Amino acid sequence: MKKTLGISGLLLFVCVLTSLLNPDFLSPYNLQNTLRWTALFGIISLGVSFVIMTGGIDLSIGSVVGLTGSILPMLLIQHQFSTSTALLMVIVLALLIGLVHGLLITKLKLQPFVVTLCGLLFYRGYARYITDDQVRGFGTGFESLKQLTSGKPCALAVVALAIGGTLSIWLLMRLLWVRRNPDPEVDRRGLLLALTGSGTLALLGAIVWLGQIQPISGILVPMPFFIMMGLAVVAGIFLNHTIYGRYLLAVGRNEQAARYSGINTDRIVIMAYAICSVLTGIGGILFALDINSIQPSSHGNFYELYAIAAAVLGGCSLRGGEGSILGVVIGAAVMRVLYNSINLLGIPTQLEFAIIGGVILVGVVVDELVKRLVARSRARRQLQQAQF
Amino acid sequence: MSNQVPLAEVREVSKRFPGVLALDQVQLKLFQGEVLALVGENGAGKSTLMRILAGEETPDSGQVFLDGKAVSVDSVNTASRLGIALIHQELNLSDNLDIGANIFLGREPVRLGLIDRKRIYRESRKVMRKVGLTGSPAELVGSLSIGQQQLVEIARALSLRARVLIMDEPTSSLSQRETERLLQVVRELKAEGVGVLYISHRLGEVKKLADRVLVLRDGTNAGELSREEIDHDRMVKLMVGRDVSQFYRRIPYRPGRLLLEAHKLRSPTHPQYEISFSIRAGEIVGVAGLIGSGRTEMLNLLFGIDRPLAGKIWIQGQPLRLGRPFDAIQAGLALVPEDRKQQGLILTMALRRNLSLAGLRANQLSGGLLNKSQERQLAIEMIERLQIKTPGLDEVVEYLSGGTQQKVVLAKWLSLEPKVLLMDEPTRGIDVGAKEEIYGLMEELARDGVAILFSSSEMEELLGMSHRLLVMHEGRISGGLKSDEFSEEAVMQLATGLERDVPKSQSGSGTRGYQ
Repeated sequence: MKKTLGISGLLLFVCVLTSLLNPDFLSPYNLQNTLRWTALFGIISLGVSFVIMTGGIDLSIGSVVGLTGSILPMLLIQHQFSTSTALLMVIVLALLIGLVHGLLITKLKLQPFVVTLCGLLFYRGYARYITDDQVRGFGTGFESLKQLTSGKPCALAVVALAIGGTLSIWLLMRLLWVRRNPDPEVDRRGLLLALTGSGTLALLGAIVWLGQIQPISGILVPMPFFIMMGLAVVAGIFLNHTIYGRYLLAVGRNEQAARYSGINTDRIVIMAYAICSVLTGIGGILFALDINSIQPSSHGNFYELYAIAAAVLGGCSLRGGEGSILGVVIGAAVMRVLYNSINLLGIPTQLEFAIIGGVILVGVVVDELVKRLVARSRARRQLQQAQF
Repeated sequence: MSNQVPLAEVREVSKRFPGVLALDQVQLKLFQGEVLALVGENGAGKSTLMRILAGEETPDSGQVFLDGKAVSVDSVNTASRLGIALIHQELNLSDNLDIGANIFLGREPVRLGLIDRKRIYRESRKVMRKVGLTGSPAELVGSLSIGQQQLVEIARALSLRARVLIMDEPTSSLSQRETERLLQVVRELKAEGVGVLYISHRLGEVKKLADRVLVLRDGTNAGELSREEIDHDRMVKLMVGRDVSQFYRRIPYRPGRLLLEAHKLRSPTHPQYEISFSIRAGEIVGVAGLIGSGRTEMLNLLFGIDRPLAGKIWIQGQPLRLGRPFDAIQAGLALVPEDRKQQGLILTMALRRNLSLAGLRANQLSGGLLNKSQERQLAIEMIERLQIKTPGLDEVVEYLSGGTQQKVVLAKWLSLEPKVLLMDEPTRGIDVGAKEEIYGLMEELARDGVAILFSSSEMEELLGMSHRLLVMHEGRISGGLKSDEFSEEAVMQLATGLERDVPKSQSGSGTRGYQ
């Protein structure tokens, strides 16, 4: 929770700074683009965060994006499959890739790094082979399919109002419930803070929408953002409210203890890799539709690193057992906004990687320092208790 | 011999660790060209004593003498300069390097700034011949058998010109033939004037090899036997021989129905032996045995952590699917594992989540949703029932005391209301108060008809808590003892390798005639 607050603060800081230095940041065109890219990277970041929570890693994400992106247009155009069949085939392919990764890692006890590194090379090579290294795309057709990425069904203000409003009502109900049934574990101040935040969001949305304040009221939310939100909600419920999510965190923290508690740890790890690859497959479809000109040799290159970076920024520990869905989504947003700022502020694009790397490093260093500070103050408190 | 100056001598050495006095005014004399066997129960202070001699520990008081001169063995380097070498039970070899490289590890001869491989191999061949290792020093250690690796360790000690050779359980993982070979090498070293301090649980071996036996008990000298006095019974008597405290109040046991039956189990670690036994409701059965005797392996086998190579287990007459902890839990088994920090708990998780972990699947809502209010309720109940001292339900268990942590592990399993409770060293490393509480719980559970199988390294606990004992030795049950046969001597006899029949469950029939 604290981590998520920290990364939200960072996101807000970068957004405010950039929009002050270059008001173009808030232009509808720029914000819509940033939102769309955040959503696309958010989806694959969510995927890899599940693997990272088990203490593993998936390096094949970029190549799976490349492979699914190359295959989808071939299925649709060369093989004339129907849209739904083609989408289903791509997702099943991704699922199989994930299952193979998981089986190799659990049953043969291979290292995740090695397995997915081989995947990275294999899928890239295979994509180049089946496409004959030719650029693939959907041409000018498939308009309804392309709506998945280019569609903008709703204004940002309305979305803000809807999300803020729903959250506020839910938080309010929870607060009232807690008042009637006191529960020492519920952080009431946190609830109030969250209520304030979501209320403000809803209020801003309402003002902009009703007042038609330009240019903000002209900002539309692209379709991928809704897809990502939907996936994130499902992922959040899965992680925090099902026994499988609990098992996942348990296995990530201490696989041995999980096994001694009767958990089928192999199955949990396989599941994590399957989730990761399926989300990558969904991301791959959307990336392909968005770009519409897929170069098999380079499409998706380095995406695994962006995804891993977003997950780590969002609070996933590479040691496993830790992670927050909201954090990962915000982490992905930080990555995209940073990238956007570099372009808008006229910073030489050659510096892009250096800046992103630097910001992530500072982020994890600060996080580690905070952790130590907390541990030290805890030790001091215990010492004081022992003395009196 | 006694008027001779000892090669090595330890005079009035004491060593205190937090909470225990490991060595109390211990004396030891080792003469040139003799094998002195050092025996004692687990925790008697054998390893601390030899670590002091080898410079791995420094004594709090007392003095070490070499050739009658006081020396201070403050580090392993000093020890090897003085000619003292210690061979650990777990071999310290790099199996990715060849024999020669291992023998000279850390003191490689150098020529022109490069390792002088020729010299390494030449010198290695010399010491290898002494210990009877044929073959090339360029062979990888990883490709050798455990027995040969043991010989490489000895060769390394010889190349250090060790005059005092300390061997800790050198034969614990060797085959019969390898053991014979090793004993022969030790005899040859002795003939060359090396003083050997030989630590072993295998009293048969000690009888064959030792010139003298020194017995330690509870960190003090318990006695010494000369060559002609050495026999199994005398050694055991010196090793135990103390009062069993009145800490335990064993409740009488009324035989209930047969709950668990193990039939001809073969473990992957000791496939040559079969394990068969049964436990009835309300029975507390202790599993005795020295470290490495296979107690943990047997409990893990029953719970399905490891899959037996052969054999069957029945729980309440129903066959159990082997090698699956979840099936074992479903059948009513629970295991409090040996290592609570690594196996029993997820240290960085909240207490509440640790408590519910094993029962999540049984208590899930539809669609696999967590039943969080039930989880909370359960935590409150178990904290109350076991008197777990914690600031709150969400306390991270890492911050709780050892005894409290163990209670959390127990609570986790008791919340599932097991029929058969397996406990591996349930009171290891916890304070007396928590121990007593755990004993009380065990008795309460037994009274309610739970069958308990617990392993322990503490003799008093085994004799005080059990209705019946199973004694293990080298991966098999070497014998069983009924409560009227309990004595420390009897347990040690079996634990050190004397065979005896396994008595069946006390109600008589031990075959599959339940109900």
